[in-house]
Amino acid sequence: MALLLNLGLYLQFLGKIFRRPEKGKVFRNNFITELENLGLNSIGIVVIISVFMGAVVALQVAYNTDNPLIPAYLVGYSTRQSMILEFSPTIIALILAGKIGSNIASEIGTMRVTEQIDALEVMGINAAGHLVLPKVIASLIVNPVLVVFSIFVGTIGGWIAITSSHLVSTHDFLTGIYLDYSNYDLIYALIKTVVFAFLITTISGFYGFYTQGGALEVGRSSTKAVVSASIMIIISNLILTQLLLI
Amino acid sequence: MIQALNIHKTFHNQLVLNNVSVDFHPGATNLIIGKSGSGKTVLMKILVGLITPDSGKISFNDRDFLSMNTKQKKTLRQEIGMLFQGGALFDSMTVQDNIMFPLSLFSSMSYHEKLDRVNFCLKRVNLEKANHLMPSELSGGMTKRVAIARAIAPNPKYLFCDEPNSGLDPKTSGIIDNLIKEITKEYHITTIINTHDMNSVLETGEYITYIHEGQVNWQGNKQTVLSEGTNELNDFMFSTALTRKIKTVPLQS
Repeated sequence: MALLLNLGLYLQFLGKIFRRPEKGKVFRNNFITELENLGLNSIGIVVIISVFMGAVVALQVAYNTDNPLIPAYLVGYSTRQSMILEFSPTIIALILAGKIGSNIASEIGTMRVTEQIDALEVMGINAAGHLVLPKVIASLIVNPVLVVFSIFVGTIGGWIAITSSHLVSTHDFLTGIYLDYSNYDLIYALIKTVVFAFLITTISGFYGFYTQGGALEVGRSSTKAVVSASIMIIISNLILTQLLLI
Repeated sequence: MIQALNIHKTFHNQLVLNNVSVDFHPGATNLIIGKSGSGKTVLMKILVGLITPDSGKISFNDRDFLSMNTKQKKTLRQEIGMLFQGGALFDSMTVQDNIMFPLSLFSSMSYHEKLDRVNFCLKRVNLEKANHLMPSELSGGMTKRVAIARAIAPNPKYLFCDEPNSGLDPKTSGIIDNLIKEITKEYHITTIINTHDMNSVLETGEYITYIHEGQVNWQGNKQTVLSEGTNELNDFMFSTALTRKIKTVPLQS
């Protein structure tokens, strides 16, 4: 029952978000700020996670395919495919659900408990749209860029790990990288990323917006936002994979 | 004039407001007083549209607020300024941006016109050089004054103040009270103040409504509040050591 109630409230919240902004200039300024907050400020963590993820994937593939009958270029190929199809879109989305999700929920939750949202509403402003829409749009634009960047640096991470361990030569690794490349794989990754970005920003905005109480509840909202967004990412990952790849 | 007529509100089967009817007069400070939990904040939130009553009518100069559509409510809300208990300044903005914010959204003023208005409002609340401070750098009294400046920046017809003195020392409270009183007269605003500060009641209460257990228990003004109250009002007014001392001094007419 509570789940249905929350779902109904969430759909109502989406209806509030996607309304015409009060003033284009104010929306534009907020949008640019969010591009920086959600995008630029996440580059560091995306780079670190992607490099190590790519390195571990490449080393594990090399370890598991240590057989003269299996071509060495398979390491490069598997690293690329793993990064594009799963690791970069999904793991980065889960990381961003933690970083961005908790940030959005706690920011909006604090605004709720300190009456800043009431102040917006008394002024005649659609608070949900004013606060959340710039974050949603910025995230839909910046997350695909982050994921493409993650695929790139993850693959470099794999190459560094594999060549510095002298397991596979650069030539073999690159042969695998270029082997049988399909643009559709990247499109699939980007579709997933856009869906995940939407879920992260709207779910965390929802929990923040409906926070009631004080500091303790802001913390709880933040946790609920991260957990719910992560679960929804995992579920939608399965659904999208079924729909787009099978 | 703002009129609240037969307002009922229940939360989780608990009656919070029971048949409340009050008239709020233009160009005057209208006080809603009462104990904590008496329903005065709920009444104020109903008046500004943050809470919808179960039944009753709210009208702003004969415009029925509750039957308005979203667009009409939005237009009316641009005539409302509100001072929240904690100030409710936007943390991420400077003082200047906070005051400029409603002007940026709802006026066609140029940047320089808006800046002039911000400086005028800051001067009015005696904070001329606070433009570039962040809310976290302000004291409690300064926060309230900036919040007043933000509330009056768009020239509101109605000013709502939710416990403007809470958390302030008596002297700063007096400054805030005087500021609200002066602004009300200067701009002929209908000001509604929600308070349980005795000094405010005696200082600014041109029209006073005492809410007791969700009902209007008494209506009057600062001249009559100490002498012509009901038992419940007297119990509320003379609940502090200071007011009990006042009670022992013969009240002058």
